[in-house]
Amino acid sequence: MREVVPVIEVEGLSKVFSGKTVVNQLSLRVEKGEIYGFLGPNGSGKTTFMRMLCGLLQPDAGSGTCLGHDLLSEVEQIRSRIGYMAQHFSLYDDLSVRENLDFMARIYAVPKRRQVLAETIERMGLGPFVGQLAGTLSGGWKQRLALAACLLHEPELLLLDEPTAGVDPMARRDFWEQIYSLTAQGISALISTHYMDEAERCNRVAYLAYGNLLTSGTAEEVISAAGLSVWSATGLGIQELASHLKGLPGIELTIPFGNNLHVCGTDPEQLEQSLRPFFAASRYRWEKQESGLEEVFISLMSRRLENDDG
Amino acid sequence: MVSKEFLQMRRDRITFAMMLGIPVLQMILFGFAINSDPRHLPTAILSADNSVFSRRIVAAMQNSNYFQVVKTVSRESEAKRLIDTGEVQFVLSIPEQFSRRLVRGEQPTLLLTADATDPAATSNALTAFRIFAEAALASEFRGPLSYLQGTVAPLQVTVHPRFNPEANTRYNIVPGLMGVVLTMTLVIITALAITRERERGTMENLLSTPVRPLEMMVGKIIPYIIVGYLQMGFVLLAAHYLFQVPLSGNLLLLLVVSLLFIAANLGVGLTFSTLARNQLQAMQMAFFFFLPSILLSGFMFPFRGMPRWAQYIGEVLPLTHYLRIVRGILLKGNGLTEILPNLWPIALFLLFALSIGLKRFRKTLD
Ligand SMILES: Nc1ncnc2c1ncn2[C@@H]1O[C@H](COP(=O)(O)OP(=O)(O)O)[C@@H](O)[C@H]1O
Ligand SMILES: [Mg+2]
Repeated sequence: MREVVPVIEVEGLSKVFSGKTVVNQLSLRVEKGEIYGFLGPNGSGKTTFMRMLCGLLQPDAGSGTCLGHDLLSEVEQIRSRIGYMAQHFSLYDDLSVRENLDFMARIYAVPKRRQVLAETIERMGLGPFVGQLAGTLSGGWKQRLALAACLLHEPELLLLDEPTAGVDPMARRDFWEQIYSLTAQGISALISTHYMDEAERCNRVAYLAYGNLLTSGTAEEVISAAGLSVWSATGLGIQELASHLKGLPGIELTIPFGNNLHVCGTDPEQLEQSLRPFFAASRYRWEKQESGLEEVFISLMSRRLENDDG
Repeated sequence: MVSKEFLQMRRDRITFAMMLGIPVLQMILFGFAINSDPRHLPTAILSADNSVFSRRIVAAMQNSNYFQVVKTVSRESEAKRLIDTGEVQFVLSIPEQFSRRLVRGEQPTLLLTADATDPAATSNALTAFRIFAEAALASEFRGPLSYLQGTVAPLQVTVHPRFNPEANTRYNIVPGLMGVVLTMTLVIITALAITRERERGTMENLLSTPVRPLEMMVGKIIPYIIVGYLQMGFVLLAAHYLFQVPLSGNLLLLLVVSLLFIAANLGVGLTFSTLARNQLQAMQMAFFFFLPSILLSGFMFPFRGMPRWAQYIGEVLPLTHYLRIVRGILLKGNGLTEILPNLWPIALFLLFALSIGLKRFRKTLD
């Protein structure tokens, strides 16, 4: 049996804006039914990459396929099979919820429009707001409307650009429920986000920094590839501790989490050696920890910056 | 505060250029192009009398600067056609036996027919004609003919101002206004309509869908075509009931050919919207187009009063041709054949504007 075609497969994709490389030789593969998390600091090229996937921007180099269609030559086919939700709300503020959805359904020439519209409104719980102008909705409901709008034509792949930015935690949880139920039906999703808890909800993640793909894979793969050892110190005055630790051999990074300081390094022996004198201090409770995605990303970023400087 | 404004002004290059460009354009147009005392008006001669006197009068016409004899015709119907299509502004009819009756002192009549749809274009020339026609003949009254000198008037001049006998400028302005209103609003509305999508970010959403550029453009244009027709109806009703302009022509024909003109303006608006980055720029571009349209089209000032180069620019603008069509249909009762020469330039312009618009309108954000 042949391997299933990946929904996204790109090779060496690049985009240059007036001399500045915004996406640099990106290669990525997203399998069917997967939720793929796309992380990275602001301005690292996430939006640009997504725009290239749906043909909004022309790649300057590289090639790839999306749902089996060529990125460069079969943009029309791709567009009718994906649902793209832009980073900024891009429906009409001066149309009501129903009018917006109706418009999008017409644009996609959705068959049995009325029925699909009613079902979508029902499923997304937009019922109470159908007559309200989209511009007057709260952030969470706007996102939900935007998601509803890109589901009308039953896309096979969702490209969601920071769908939960500025949305309250409850609405975020609801949003992810929706995503899970959609992927259960075989829809794939590429989602960019800044939230670590959301990154952990993804089947696989990629971390992008200033156009370069630093790492990708499942959370476990990413963590083990980074090979980071983490010690956590709990107690008061961890800022002071952090300043003492800075620059010691084997200590790459200290990350404060409230009353908790995570100390990370790639060489476990050296890290422990440097920390040993501090273990004695009774002010802090020390614990060896599994490294999480956040530490890995921050460490990747800082290593990257050091390399660039040197 | 002031320096911040200047900084922002400098960033927005196009706006800045427009701010400087519009006054320059205004100065050029007002200063050089406009002349309300038009000269060299095209004239046809319908002569049934080939004599030294009639030739003398024609020569005097040529020399006067007001008239430029472009054609000599032999049939009345041909002369009528030239006036109807607007090819000539005047026809001078020299009656049979003009010279014989002149010599006999019978005071023969010269008929000067004028296309007076725009009274401003013709009034000066008409006044001048009476004076120099007599002066021209006076120099011929020598020798045996000297008895004609000092006669009260050796000949009579009858002026027949066609289409607008009362020389009512309103008759000319009000139908023209229709074209101006359509140009102004339609170009601005369409230019803004697409720029707004871009500015609000809704364009990103639209572009990610399978809509084709042509579909999008047509979808954007159709509602405004309807708006255009509403405006037309409004102006026509006002012209008729408020200003008592006679609407003598074929209104249905007018409505049909107006579609071309409306579409041409929308095409311009659309092209601007693909060039403008924001709504302010779109507004300015629309204004940049509107200014020469209103000044060089013959709406405000007689077209034939402008220098050659300004006339060439005017010929390119759809409003120029549309004004001729509207005046032709409403005031002269023109039919399709008479307006045809003004129809195809609009069609050409439309094709040009739409193809630039479509070419510029890419389905990407970069
Ligand atoms: N149309 C554009 N023209 C020029 N530069 C752009 C354009 N779009 C994005 N950029 C630049 O590309 C970089 C990446 O932007 P973006 O893809 O939006 O990043 P992210 O979505 O990860 O925050 C930024 O530095 C941004 O300034
Ligand atoms: Mg972004």
